[in-house]
Amino acid sequence: MGSHAHDSHDHGHAHHEEHHHEENFVSKYIFSHDHKMIGKQFLMTAVFMGLVAMMLSILFRIQLAWPGESSDFLNLFLGDRWAPKGILDQNMYLGLVTIHGTIMVFFLLTGGLSGTFSNILIPLQLGARDMASGFLNMLSYWFFFISSVLMLFSLFVETGPAMAGWTVYPPLSALPKAVPGSGLGMTLWLFSMAIFIAGSLIGSLNYIVTVLNLRTKGMTMTRMPLTIWAFFVTAILGVLSFPVLLSAALLLIMDRLAGTSFYLSDIIVGDEMLSNHGGSPILFQHLFWFLGHPEVYIVLLPALGLSSEIIATNARKPIFGYKAMIGSILAIGFLSFIVWGHHMFITGMNPFLGSVFVFTTLLIAIPSAVKVFNYITTLWKGSLVFTPAMLFAIGLVSTFITGGVTGIILADSALDIAIHDTYFVVAHFHIVMGMSAVLGMFAGVYHWFPKMYGRMLNTRLGYVHFWITIIGAYGVFFPMHFVGLAGAPRRYYDYSVYKDFDNSALEMMMDLNVIITIFAILAALGQAIFLFNFFYSIYRGPKAPQNPWNSNTLEWTAPVEHIHGNWPGELPTVHRWPYDYSKPGYEEDFVPQTVPLKESEEEH
Amino acid sequence: MVIVLGAIAVAQLVRVYEHSLKLKKTGEHDINDRDNNLNAWLMLLFMIFQFGGFIYLMLAYGWTGRGPSASLEGEETDWLLNLNFVIIIAIFFLTNFLLFYFSYKYVRKPGVRATYFPHNNKLEMIWTVVPACVLAVIIILGLRSWNNLTSPSGDGAVVIELYSKQFDWTARYAGEDNVLGKYDYKLTTGTNELGILTAKTIEDAIVEREKKVNAINKLLSNADTVLSDSLVEAQEFTLSHNERILRSLYQLKQNHNKEVDKNAEDDIIVKGTLVLCVGQEYEFNFRSMDVIHSAYFPHFRAQINTVPGMTTRTKFTPSITTAEMREIKNDPKFKYVLMCNKICGKAHYKMKMDIEVLSKAEYAAWLAGKKKETFKLKYGIAPAEGGDDMAKEDGSNSGEDMPAEDATGEAAPIKKEDEI
Repeated sequence: MGSHAHDSHDHGHAHHEEHHHEENFVSKYIFSHDHKMIGKQFLMTAVFMGLVAMMLSILFRIQLAWPGESSDFLNLFLGDRWAPKGILDQNMYLGLVTIHGTIMVFFLLTGGLSGTFSNILIPLQLGARDMASGFLNMLSYWFFFISSVLMLFSLFVETGPAMAGWTVYPPLSALPKAVPGSGLGMTLWLFSMAIFIAGSLIGSLNYIVTVLNLRTKGMTMTRMPLTIWAFFVTAILGVLSFPVLLSAALLLIMDRLAGTSFYLSDIIVGDEMLSNHGGSPILFQHLFWFLGHPEVYIVLLPALGLSSEIIATNARKPIFGYKAMIGSILAIGFLSFIVWGHHMFITGMNPFLGSVFVFTTLLIAIPSAVKVFNYITTLWKGSLVFTPAMLFAIGLVSTFITGGVTGIILADSALDIAIHDTYFVVAHFHIVMGMSAVLGMFAGVYHWFPKMYGRMLNTRLGYVHFWITIIGAYGVFFPMHFVGLAGAPRRYYDYSVYKDFDNSALEMMMDLNVIITIFAILAALGQAIFLFNFFYSIYRGPKAPQNPWNSNTLEWTAPVEHIHGNWPGELPTVHRWPYDYSKPGYEEDFVPQTVPLKESEEEH
Repeated sequence: MVIVLGAIAVAQLVRVYEHSLKLKKTGEHDINDRDNNLNAWLMLLFMIFQFGGFIYLMLAYGWTGRGPSASLEGEETDWLLNLNFVIIIAIFFLTNFLLFYFSYKYVRKPGVRATYFPHNNKLEMIWTVVPACVLAVIIILGLRSWNNLTSPSGDGAVVIELYSKQFDWTARYAGEDNVLGKYDYKLTTGTNELGILTAKTIEDAIVEREKKVNAINKLLSNADTVLSDSLVEAQEFTLSHNERILRSLYQLKQNHNKEVDKNAEDDIIVKGTLVLCVGQEYEFNFRSMDVIHSAYFPHFRAQINTVPGMTTRTKFTPSITTAEMREIKNDPKFKYVLMCNKICGKAHYKMKMDIEVLSKAEYAAWLAGKKKETFKLKYGIAPAEGGDDMAKEDGSNSGEDMPAEDATGEAAPIKKEDEI
């Protein structure tokens, strides 16, 4: 049930009819080959994983705000094994932090942004019947599902989940004696990630091939919406970088399993003198971050793409600087491969290498700045409509700025020395990923919900959800900058150790930790509104019109009811770019891509 | 129960609301002017909240709690940090202002159409070139500082090694000759925690290892006992492991050049507090026994990872004594600290070492007091006597004392079958 590139639309339609087959529940909902269903599957799984990871963060934040105080809440969720007398076990603290990070970065943000929106939007916005390979697409989801199950399962094993941080540096992650989670928990982590990577690769290849081959007539590369450009570059980043993480994981599996010494040398752990010699833990870091850095752009680019679309549509104005936006997506994509060392300034690697990475990292600020200014200029002299999606998209730009500028400080190796691995870093990446990318994901859900489910989400509840989320999340992550500047290291179970040497710093940290935790609880509760709205509206939401946002892109020309092959008749033909909003010479303030150019009208 | 009832209540409200919409013949996608304008105002309000919150936090916590830089090198870093903050805070305010103000100002108004303004090359050029220039300044100044901070220390620098393991730090002063003695991890024993390399330590390590090998051999060849297959396999594994180490030790002995012993013999090993002299440049070397740790000196603005299998280094010159810093911070109990800053296991959060910076005179007095504690004099003392120094971390692995691998079937190396 694949699609084929073709010139004549009639031929394609007839060809499709011959393939029609009976669908049962399993083939329609479980092992679907239809990109629209697969996109929704990704969304459901990613949201569920995100909720779990959010709960984990509430658990460890309770420990951080009120160390040493017994908590029934903790005991309820973690039992006597991991929260004896209501106090979080020190090893489990590390486990919660590790799994929180892993799930959020990979399962929520990569699966939930790329997996969901690339799937739903690429064929619909390109005018294709489906992805290049529906079967591979189906596999990519089920690999994602299996890896999710494995990762969640690792939380429940007796020696605990992986506990070496989401970055799982060896030797800590290679030696069960160093921390219990590096036993079975770490093994499960590695297998889960290997399967995740496989699924991600399959998906990315599919997206790339579809973008290159299955664009409908008239859809040149420079008439594609920015969402597609973003997904396309993201997929390329994934194909080139995820295999390197796999190699890092394989070498780690071999060090753990086969007695090799890729990462291990001259180690005595506990009372055991290992005979490994010659390996380097820094090798792992290079391999890990070679993926790790592009990964954060794999997370962010789709969110940026979605926002471009949403802001243009709701400002009733073309996105400003379409070509510059494409250029900056490409520049960010390219540069993201040559900056990984900025995670390693103080590893002890050659300082000259550090200098190179300072230079390349600060370069990446330039296309990012261009994007921000383009978003702002899109709003200028627009006619803004504040749908919930628009609010979230604007929130994305704000948090991208806030988080991005602290990146400039961290990119400066001389400054990084004093704040590396402190809460300053935690603040930075949470604002860009935990806020910017997540806000982008919400924006996408609110904007394309009608396309996914044929119904509308409740707008008022959407407003409430947005305002609670942005205020709550800023309240969580802004204070962290100060905690970090004070020198508070990451992944510390208890900051009351400051009592021993610096009482004023102790007071400040404890105060801020309480504020942070309270805002975190508020923000978490606010998500209940979204969950309610989301599930209620799937079944009882008002039926959606075909083009609720008066948008130009092709997905809104497909009927509300989902059909295999997306369009009932011929595939649409494209005559213009997607950003003719409020174009002079037209009465309506939008001109869909399928509308032919008037005589003597210039395409933009 | 409350949550369920609450959810039902909200559901009913939503349904009523939607029915009312149907009567008005509008949909969720029709954003009326009242809602639209409300959100425009909220955008402006949020901006004020955001800026106000930021200013409040800066005033309340901007002093950051670290105090002024306690090292000479850190002074330059702090200056650079302040410059960068001025730049990014300006950008933060400017761009967020434009974003939220435009959101407020350009809300849809009846009869007013958006302006079709798809691109403008001049503008793009401006906001590509201007950031590039600002960044060029940041890069140049930053790299200049980085070079200063990572360059080799001067000839007068005093060398100290900091040895990290789960979950404490040990300092090794290089002694009179200011050269650290050599080391090899295979020589690590209960009495030679840092694996220092001298002819004597090699001998002792060999003796200990031979004892182990003999014990296992004796167990395996004992005709009186019947051992299970799995036990035999484990023992043979441990045996080959120990024999391999023993062979390395023989080789070490063979190749050892006694000339280097004197570098090690005047080294002074100190636990508990790292004592430094104000105004003295220090060249720090770092090692790790087990996993990656990180030597973080927040007050001195210094940090470097410690990596098993290699030696890392950094340098700084303390510029404010502990007594002086106590005055500045108005805290008589203040202490400088070395903290671990790379996740390393259960007690990562309490893996620290106090640091005391003394005046020249005080330091000289302290050093004089340490004359009798050189490696040459202290090595060979039984663990019981020197045991007070080795405070055990509760809950940690028993990495402190270095009991020899138990010959009775304990801890086989990493390849044990259940450690997949």
